[in-house]
Amino acid sequence: MATQSITVNINGEAKSAEVEDRLLLVHFIRDNHGLTGTHIGCDTTHCGACTVLLDGTAVKSCTVFAVQANGREVTTIEGMEGEALHPLQEGFMEEHGLQCGFCTPGMIMSSKHLLDKNPNPTEEEIRWGISGNLCRCTGYLNIVKAVQYASNKLQETPTE
Amino acid sequence: MAEPRTSFEIGGMGHSVKRKEDPRFIRGQGKFIDDIVRPGMVFMDIVRSPYAHAKIKSINSEKALALPGVAAVITGETLKEYNLHMMPTLMSDTQMVLPLEKVCYQSQEVAAVVATDRYSAADGVELVEVEYEPLPVVTDPFKATAKDAPIIRDDKEGQDSNHIFHWESGDKKGTAQAFKDADVTLKQDIYLPRIHVASIETCGCVSEFDSVTGQLTVWMTTQAPHAIRTVLALVAGHVGLQEDKIRVISPDIGGGFGGKVPVYPGYVIAIAASVVTGLPIKWIEDRRENLQADSFARDYHMTCEIAADKDGTMKALRIKTLADHGYADAACNPSKWPAGLFSICTGSYDFKNAFTEVDGVYTNKPPGGIAYRCSFRVTEAVHAIERMVDMLADDLDMDPAELRLKNFIPSNAFPYKSPMGWEYDSGNYEGALKLAMKNIGYEALLKEQKEKRDRGELMGIGISSFTEVVGAGNSKDFDILGIKMFDSSEIRIHPTGKVTARFGTKSQGQGHETTYAQIIAEELGIPVSDISVEEGDTDTAPYGLGTYASRSTPVAGAAGAMACRKIRDKAKKIAAHLLEVSEDDLEWEPGKFSVKGIPKKASTIQDVAFAAYTNHPQGMEAGLEAVSYYDPPNMTFPFGSYICVVDIDSGTGEVKIRRFMAVDDCGNIINPMIVEGQIHGGLTMGIAPALLEEISYDEEGNMTGGSFMEYLVPTAVETPHWETDKTCTPSPHHPLGAKGVGESATVGAPPAVANAVVDALSHLGVKHLDIPITPEKVWRAIHKRDAT
Amino acid sequence: MIPGSFDYHAPATLDEAIKLLGELGEDAKILAGGHSLIPMMKLRLAEPTNLIDINGLSGLNYIKEENGYLCIGAMTREATLETSDLIAEKYPILKDTSEVIADPLVRNMATVGGNIAHGDPANDHPATMVALGAEIVIKGPGGILGGRERTIAIDDFFKGPLMTALEQNEILTEIKIPNPNGKSGATYKKLERKVGDYAIAGAAAALQFDGDNCSSAGIALTNVGPTPIRATEAQDALVGTSVSSDDIDKASELAAAVAQPVGDHRGSEEYKRAVVKILTARAIQTAKDRAEGGS
Repeated sequence: MATQSITVNINGEAKSAEVEDRLLLVHFIRDNHGLTGTHIGCDTTHCGACTVLLDGTAVKSCTVFAVQANGREVTTIEGMEGEALHPLQEGFMEEHGLQCGFCTPGMIMSSKHLLDKNPNPTEEEIRWGISGNLCRCTGYLNIVKAVQYASNKLQETPTE
Repeated sequence: MAEPRTSFEIGGMGHSVKRKEDPRFIRGQGKFIDDIVRPGMVFMDIVRSPYAHAKIKSINSEKALALPGVAAVITGETLKEYNLHMMPTLMSDTQMVLPLEKVCYQSQEVAAVVATDRYSAADGVELVEVEYEPLPVVTDPFKATAKDAPIIRDDKEGQDSNHIFHWESGDKKGTAQAFKDADVTLKQDIYLPRIHVASIETCGCVSEFDSVTGQLTVWMTTQAPHAIRTVLALVAGHVGLQEDKIRVISPDIGGGFGGKVPVYPGYVIAIAASVVTGLPIKWIEDRRENLQADSFARDYHMTCEIAADKDGTMKALRIKTLADHGYADAACNPSKWPAGLFSICTGSYDFKNAFTEVDGVYTNKPPGGIAYRCSFRVTEAVHAIERMVDMLADDLDMDPAELRLKNFIPSNAFPYKSPMGWEYDSGNYEGALKLAMKNIGYEALLKEQKEKRDRGELMGIGISSFTEVVGAGNSKDFDILGIKMFDSSEIRIHPTGKVTARFGTKSQGQGHETTYAQIIAEELGIPVSDISVEEGDTDTAPYGLGTYASRSTPVAGAAGAMACRKIRDKAKKIAAHLLEVSEDDLEWEPGKFSVKGIPKKASTIQDVAFAAYTNHPQGMEAGLEAVSYYDPPNMTFPFGSYICVVDIDSGTGEVKIRRFMAVDDCGNIINPMIVEGQIHGGLTMGIAPALLEEISYDEEGNMTGGSFMEYLVPTAVETPHWETDKTCTPSPHHPLGAKGVGESATVGAPPAVANAVVDALSHLGVKHLDIPITPEKVWRAIHKRDAT
Repeated sequence: MIPGSFDYHAPATLDEAIKLLGELGEDAKILAGGHSLIPMMKLRLAEPTNLIDINGLSGLNYIKEENGYLCIGAMTREATLETSDLIAEKYPILKDTSEVIADPLVRNMATVGGNIAHGDPANDHPATMVALGAEIVIKGPGGILGGRERTIAIDDFFKGPLMTALEQNEILTEIKIPNPNGKSGATYKKLERKVGDYAIAGAAAALQFDGDNCSSAGIALTNVGPTPIRATEAQDALVGTSVSSDDIDKASELAAAVAQPVGDHRGSEEYKRAVVKILTARAIQTAKDRAEGGS
């Protein structure tokens, strides 16, 4: 069984482990390091529940091997809260952008990258921006509003 | 709707209180089934059949067992030793846990591999060698009823065909006569194909057995933990499990929609394996397993007939249905209702005569039938009636809104007895439709449509005016495997005035931690922030039948209100004691008792709570709590009117929903924000089957739709910007006047979309289209080319 | 969900990567964006024994104009193409194409080179590159003095479903698109049932004009054959014309005639052929409008 020694920076902390070459990044995050906020919702790279930031870019962590993240930075939902909740986290609560909560971490990470690239998106741009994330509960409208809430808040008081 | 009675700080009914469950989810701190880790836990994965119908010649586990990490391979023979290879379904049929002789659907469970980690378990599955001998396959339910069809359930004694049940409702003779006498009769075959809820979280469990104490603990994605506990005790009692030593825990659940009600073979194998091996076993299905083997919904072949006078007065309705159940009747209906609540099919209209019959049939497909937010077959019923009403309007050249308004049960006719025996509690159908028409600008849309039509552009307007029936249900008529469908609430107020409240239901995103707290806030005037709601642990929650079919607010919510009223009765006695007056001198406002005429002389509910433990009247028991098991006197009947506007690309047949206006009436609303969210979600699960989702099988039983590559769940791009509004017609029998709303939109939306598309094409002679309305179906309808 | 085992390699240079391909043999695969390969591995439809990760290589991620060509490095991510100002302004057909590939998250990883090298006729860039008359630059093992580089015309690149002119030990390094002469316009039209789905059909059209006269036309089709299909007769039918609506109708009919669609859950053969006709017509119209200064 082929293994590698890797070190991945997850939410600011260096995490080292000896892992199988084929270990998926999502399993490295969840099973090896107990960060279970990132979820698995499919097996064909469609649902986006596993979305994390890899060096600041939103990717589906179920379709990246852990070894590919060696020496790189991963941000998960657990890393979004600083001294206070991130405006996206606030926005999802304020605008009822979640119901069961399962797609939510992936949605928030996707939205983070969206707002980093486009701080003032239109509704259409938000819908396109989150089109890699499936939700069965909310019907998406309140998620759009949550992102708009965060966009407004971030433009008033920019954070990291 | 009336203004809230309580202040925003208290947060009773009518307030859009922000959800109490959100803080953990937005931080990724939810506890879902795959987040649960137990010491020494091992993993289970399942070997599945590529064949839809085949004898099992042999299962060779040698290579799998030789793989490092693989601990065991479980087959039907293993389970047979414990008589656990078969299990009962909720409709008193039987289904295989693991097969002994043959498999009956593609992706059926054949064997299970237990290994130290999920990667080894997956590798082990690849190495189990199964030899099959294919048998003739039946996937067409019509062919399944033919005389020479292969018998799928030859394991059942006396089963000499593929017929499961015949069920009828209404007046067959009277309806036949009404059809004879009618000016106009129309007939249409309507097929609702198989679809799948595809909650973003799949199903799974962690099972742990302590052989010293005999305690079984199962964490499970189940919408009905108590029912599961009782079923386990009944099914596995002979291997030493007893109900006081079984604990079922529903953790946070990532969407249910009915798909997490059935008992799947994977659960039973994992539980059996954990008892036999003594190891905690985790089983989490992947998405393809979920789509290919778990409970589906719909698959109803309906022949619908409507009879009317030429002035548009509807006289009679007749529907004959062939129900494709897969290889077992495992639909999770209440036991007396093999076709669910399909007899609501007369809908919002005042039919004097109606008759419906349903025949259930076995085919080589997975079992199930009602797992997709359908209120027990109400989606099927509403789709049928709303399509037929539109067909009638088209035939009579009447406006579909006008035809509906002419035939609605009038708002002064409630409670209304339908020809199928339902007593509708309350309704105001014309109010909802008129509001929808006003909001969407119906007249202007008609004008625009005419102008577009003259230019050769295709635009359609579709209406759906649905009546739901939810809140199962009264003990006379409703039980699941004999257990009556009451629900429960146990509420305890602590000395410092805080509350712990437990319910027999289980939220999978509906926000019960908030809405139930709001009910208690309404009844007792205690702030929502002081109330903790718990559900899902059979060790602590009172017995309930779970959350599905929009029953939580109507039944458990009512139980909560009743328990609060018991508490308030006792609280009044304590307050009287504290204030040294008689009970008759007291009046109540949310949060406090005060002496009539002397408002300053008052005891808050917090004062009373403290006194219940420190200064209760002599002769009275201490404490301040109550339990209520609520047996609803009737169902509740939420309703609404939806109007959908579509634009069609005449070149490609693509349908775009331009606008969708949803007016819903669920009686008194607990949390408007949560209700609106339920409607948005339900609408999305309504347009999805209308335009995108479908599971189908070829003649060999090969499935199309078994992964997200083929099963098309809408993204934010395909989903329109929902427009919602409401009317409020309280339920006269519900303690809070509330009705439940979780499934209304999934029920009401598909016919609105279908009606809109047919409307767009009606001038080309199109009368009906079955959903999902794919671009190709529209293209063929426009170009009149039959599918080859 | 769980892929089979393999050995992972992360070479530091392109030459090292090519050398590994040669050493490791048939069952070694390049890992670029990975969003075609890894999903197949998770379904165990692909079980390479070795993966050679080229994400760490520098010098393969660029978009530049040079010597009469637009040059795109093979490791350029789809998201980069989608948001490039240069592309949006001068080569909008490439934005049309990249923005309909899968979904935004996949596009953050997926590469232009991978979309072409995978050889899947359902992918979107192949037809676009055919319409643009692209050239594919390939690097392979060389002699003592360094790697061997060769350039293949796009028409010689696609051989069959998942089969290209790439030898087992070669890597696609660059795509070169010749700058159009003068007045020109190009676009890509795709019909998909939802975001993330493959095309029911797709059509790319690239036109060049001499005054009002069409001087050259590139028309190619997605997911209606074993490879992207160049609609040669349709192209010929436009050259020398003013691309009137009659000309467009005729050309789109010819394009539909050369399509080889297979009926599946996305549509019947008859329907897909009709979609080819409509999309080709619309693509030609948009290409013409863009050439005339519109969009």
